[in-house]
Amino acid sequence: MADIVIIGDGPAGMNAAAVVHAHGHRPILITESRQAGGQGYRRPSPGLELDMPSLMGSEAGKYLALHARFEAIRSAIDYRQNTLVWNIENRTLHLLRDGVASTQSFDALILATGAMDRIAPVPGWTLPGVFTLGGAQVALKDQGCFIGRRVAFVGSSPLLALAAQQYRKLGADVVVIADTTPLLDKVAALPSLANSPRTLLRGLAYLGGAWRAGVPVLNGVTALAIEGDDHVIAITLKDSGNRDRRFACDAVALGYGLKPETQLAELAGATLVYDETFRLWLPRTDAYGRAGPGLYLAGDGAAIGGADAAEASGALAAHAALADLGFAEPGATMLGLRRRVGRLRAFQQGLARAFAWPVAQIGALADSVTLCRCENVSVGDVRRAMDQELGPVEINRVKAMTRCGMGRCQGRVCGPSLQEIVAGHAGIAGAAAGRLRVQAPVKPIALAAADAIS
Amino acid sequence: MSRLTVDVAIIGGGLIGAWSAYFLARRDKRVVIIEKGVVGAQSSGTNFGNLRLQGRFPGQYPLSLRSQALWEQLEDLIGDRCEFEQTGHLYLSFDQKEREKIEAYAAVSETYGLTIDHLEPSDLRRRWPWLSERVVAATFSARDATANPRLVTPAVARAAKGLGVTVIEHCRVTEIGSGGGAFTVKTDTGTEIDCGQVINAAGAWALAIAEQFGETAPLFPAGPPQFVTEPYPYFIEPSIQAVDGSVIFRQIPRGNIILAGYPRTAADPVANRAPVPAAKTLSAMQSLAKVVPALANCHVIRVWSGIEGYLPDMVPVIGPSRTTPGLFHAFGFCGHGFQIGPGVGLCLSEMIVDGETATPLEPFSIARFENPVETDEKFRREFDSEPAPDRSAS
Repeated sequence: MADIVIIGDGPAGMNAAAVVHAHGHRPILITESRQAGGQGYRRPSPGLELDMPSLMGSEAGKYLALHARFEAIRSAIDYRQNTLVWNIENRTLHLLRDGVASTQSFDALILATGAMDRIAPVPGWTLPGVFTLGGAQVALKDQGCFIGRRVAFVGSSPLLALAAQQYRKLGADVVVIADTTPLLDKVAALPSLANSPRTLLRGLAYLGGAWRAGVPVLNGVTALAIEGDDHVIAITLKDSGNRDRRFACDAVALGYGLKPETQLAELAGATLVYDETFRLWLPRTDAYGRAGPGLYLAGDGAAIGGADAAEASGALAAHAALADLGFAEPGATMLGLRRRVGRLRAFQQGLARAFAWPVAQIGALADSVTLCRCENVSVGDVRRAMDQELGPVEINRVKAMTRCGMGRCQGRVCGPSLQEIVAGHAGIAGAAAGRLRVQAPVKPIALAAADAIS
Repeated sequence: MSRLTVDVAIIGGGLIGAWSAYFLARRDKRVVIIEKGVVGAQSSGTNFGNLRLQGRFPGQYPLSLRSQALWEQLEDLIGDRCEFEQTGHLYLSFDQKEREKIEAYAAVSETYGLTIDHLEPSDLRRRWPWLSERVVAATFSARDATANPRLVTPAVARAAKGLGVTVIEHCRVTEIGSGGGAFTVKTDTGTEIDCGQVINAAGAWALAIAEQFGETAPLFPAGPPQFVTEPYPYFIEPSIQAVDGSVIFRQIPRGNIILAGYPRTAADPVANRAPVPAAKTLSAMQSLAKVVPALANCHVIRVWSGIEGYLPDMVPVIGPSRTTPGLFHAFGFCGHGFQIGPGVGLCLSEMIVDGETATPLEPFSIARFENPVETDEKFRREFDSEPAPDRSAS
């Protein structure tokens, strides 16, 4: 019996587990989380009475079906929750569960590690009351909490309108939806979005809801800044007509789309390639999710595609793994899934243009703005280090000289912005700035974790 | 193709190369540093940052003490403190045998004029009450210090540049021609350098240079695994080392605790990789928690390593070539080159400018590898397994 290990229990991991189980195998499903469903389809904490069908809106059917399918196999698989994979070497996973370290070998590894918010710093972004957009949704779905009573949704992401709608539904005040991508760029991206009309219409419906509720929806905003001394009191910006605007609020949800969690893929041997559209380093896979011998990537951790693509790519990676292990014949199912994943991910390429990473605005940030919040490194600290004699022009070197990206989060938050600051200041392409190399542990581990090791 | 004429070409922009360039430039020599990557990127930039005096190889004390005096004036020399702190260094012993060992180290240190505090458990409890009660005795040297290796080499190279040194990065030496008391250094970027002297300070890559001149040493590459924790309230002032090699650690004033542990791990200088195996991370974590139980819940956030050159007697090669006048070697620092770096640079500059240095360097001659060399006990203990340097292969 081969060990097929899946990491992550969002839609991709859940569906991969279901496929492996359906072929008569017992997958090991490892997850850091306490509740299945990943970020988008997260289940509320036990005892929390949330009207999930209403919160999930048009996606409620898929949400319920996925969880029902998973419940049916849950007791038949080796499901390990609250378990961090902190390193991968020589086809062995290094785990940490309840503070105790252990290892797990594998014959096939399906990584469904998901994504996190991509954040671009703005003045005031480290003030209490500023949350990532995903964090704002997690607070709601996991805990039934708002991040504030009067919330500004800011950045550039289709999820701004979705999260704003979820907040409004449950009674929060949405003071503004402010998007840095100009309307014209969104219109220009429409043709590439039209091949998934349902998703496009859903996005427009969220915006329509906001308009009807009288929420200002602004596109092409610049000069974003968050005001406050010890807590957020307002956001200020210039609208597309270059008028100064100020919106009083007590919380800000900030997000510029998603960034795949690629650390484990890199440790497992995947090759990372710079993607010009997303301006991110993404793991290279074939159309089925193969990233190396016995290594498969699925879901948003492989390439941003959303929940539907995650489900399909999870099943696809599982089929590929089973076929490679000789447990199944590659068949028509795989071809169908492959086409579906391809189409859904192509849609995201369009979205990345309609909701663009604000390269120019990051490049124009004032020196005083905090870039790395773990180590308290400002944009100016980085530029000054680069300006020195023998100053660094490569991102890992910049990290070594400035501590930017060297703290608790290991550059998971500041990394993409650091990349732009370095590329912008050196006047080089994003790829030429290099890539922050991953080192284990992918998340911090306590010294006591080693106690059980002889 | 560009052509450059200088007095001295230095191969390797590590700490040794940078300091050598700095001191040569102060003596009005025209100098070029040729670095295959960027300055201070390998063990010079990734080491633990210890400026330890106690417990060194006895024959190295004159050099070490001279070097420490330079570290103590770092800011005056290069205009940057690079987080230099006179933290002191504490050796811990966990049993009688280890106690005898640190006492023997202390006796040597005292011969060379270092002040060593000999500490009993009651002293330790009073001075550092958070230390584990397993410690049976310790020695403390107050003059020992630490500095930030990530910052030092670039800062020294900048200072050298300010004195007129040419620094060429991303340039690999391919061949060195010699004849008539002069050298021509050829590189993969096409730049050629004519010079009167060459310093081979290429670290783990130095053997290839030495072999061009008919010299060898059983050099092999390895990397010491290093780890750093999240910031904790600052309470560990000295740099602390368990003499059994299980852990060495220090806390920087901003709060992070840096730790390293033996054994060292073989590295790959061709792929430019010095891996940190998971098992080593865990064993160093375990060792630290045993020495400072209060850190049990402190989190390790990052690991790293770098490639350095080792020799089986755990003593570096420093000094003139035996075959080629004008060529000087300085490599194989065996994980303790950071402290002696400035001193080595100063001595090399004196050898080149004055023809001699007052600091005794005989124990470091490359000549010792013309005969079989005894493997140091430290070597056996500090590595995973004793590599068999294959001289015939290269």
